[in-house]
Amino acid sequence: MAINWFKYSSPASFYPIVDKSIPWFMGAAIVLAIAGLYLSFFTTPDVLQDQKQYYRIIFIHVPAAWMSMWLYIIMAIWAVIGLVFNTRLSFMMATALAPTGALFTFLALWTGSFWGKTSWGTWWDWDPRLTFELILLFLFIGYMALHTAIDDPRRADRAAALLALVGVFCVPIIYYSVQCPDPNSLNCRALHQTSSLRSIESSILTSMMVMTLAYWMYSFAAVFMRLRSIMLEREKGSDWVKEMIGRIS
Amino acid sequence: MAEFFSMGGYGFYIWCSFAMALLLLVIEPVWLMRQHKVLLRQLARMSGINDGGES
Amino acid sequence: MNSPGILAILRCMLTRDLILAIRRLSDVLTTLFFFVIVVSLFPLGVGTDMEMLRAIAPGIVWVAALLASMLALGRLFSEDFADGTLEQLILTPQPLSVLVFSKIIAHWLVTGLPLVLIAPLIGLQYDLPAGALWTLVLSLLVGTPVLSLIGAIGAALTLGLRGGGVLISLLILPLYVPVLVYGAGVVDAGISGLNTQSHFLLLSAFLVIALVLSPPATAAALRISIE
Repeated sequence: MAINWFKYSSPASFYPIVDKSIPWFMGAAIVLAIAGLYLSFFTTPDVLQDQKQYYRIIFIHVPAAWMSMWLYIIMAIWAVIGLVFNTRLSFMMATALAPTGALFTFLALWTGSFWGKTSWGTWWDWDPRLTFELILLFLFIGYMALHTAIDDPRRADRAAALLALVGVFCVPIIYYSVQCPDPNSLNCRALHQTSSLRSIESSILTSMMVMTLAYWMYSFAAVFMRLRSIMLEREKGSDWVKEMIGRIS
Repeated sequence: MAEFFSMGGYGFYIWCSFAMALLLLVIEPVWLMRQHKVLLRQLARMSGINDGGES
Repeated sequence: MNSPGILAILRCMLTRDLILAIRRLSDVLTTLFFFVIVVSLFPLGVGTDMEMLRAIAPGIVWVAALLASMLALGRLFSEDFADGTLEQLILTPQPLSVLVFSKIIAHWLVTGLPLVLIAPLIGLQYDLPAGALWTLVLSLLVGTPVLSLIGAIGAALTLGLRGGGVLISLLILPLYVPVLVYGAGVVDAGISGLNTQSHFLLLSAFLVIALVLSPPATAAALRISIE
């Protein structure tokens, strides 16, 4: 079992898996997205509690926010694996995750801002969860900036990985401090709407779940696409790359 | 149809949000595909040079 | 066993770094003056209404302390890196975490502590009441070491890189957020007459965690940067 695991930690054996699975993930993403959008617009009510039609923004906002947090954590996990086992592929995986994570974070901020404008009246409100997304965006960008700033790929990998590790450790603390800037009051600031949406009808829940799955499939596709290029670029001197290029051209 | 697009008057906000999502989630894969193709071409050219110019 | 104990190592490194810092007093003073200038600039930008200034003073002082602390981080390892001492430090049999820890202490004594000491004057500029001045000083006393400790990791990761200062800021500022929130928050709470104990407990918790986790993390970062 252990032997099989490490077999796939070599870029040469993992590349075909990555390459072949991309169209499948993309296809699944598109199908799920279409289904999700249909469900979001046509099976859900027009009004939600005190919110009008604009509440539908949550169908792209909430899953995007979830993805941003998940992708950061997964990126940090690959960073730790890389630091512990010193496997190049783990670092490449972490590096491939960062830009997609940043993209979802930006999307969460953008859609959250539009949602805020309609329901709170302002484009930006320093709502704790949106503020946290902003900080998360900085964490992603910091990771990418550090990785790009270092020329030596090995040092870049490990430095950025350590940064991700420190970041993921601080993330709960940052989340708590933004949510509860006043530790004396027992209920932390929760202007954010989703807490009131928790006990909601199944049609809305279903739409959100489908969109979330669509985002997951998309993430696999996009990250694998990036990973594929990273693997080729980094391993271009090795035999398996040369052989594969020879076969293709 | 027009009623669908206006979304009770909030059309602007809803469609801007969905449009950005669509934009990003289309641009990223397209960009990555291009990057991959360019890389493959580059590597093919490099190996062509190394093999002494065989076609 | 002739290997020196931890206290001896600390004392030795601390003396060395402090002497070096004192020889370059201008570096020390630069940080301090930057702090004072930033704090003095705000009223020029936001207006001189004392009510408002008193209200935003804790945040301003804390952000200025953050920025000053970050500016100074570049110097934490750069000189030793430039003349090769850092490599030697890594190669010695003494635990790198301890060496790093003493460097961070020296760094804080020279860049963080002056901010703490000059804070009362700054507070007076913003017409803070006496109790709030004391809370401000205490919050900076507990908080600025955390800034130095966290910042050291950033300094170690960006060793020798172009655009170092700006890059460190990008990496470290998000991690500073909790310290900022509770550091400024405790002074706000003090002004409003609320209980400040829980804030201080949180800040102290941050300090303890940073004291324990930061030196090893910084040591690891140094090894990554230098190998």
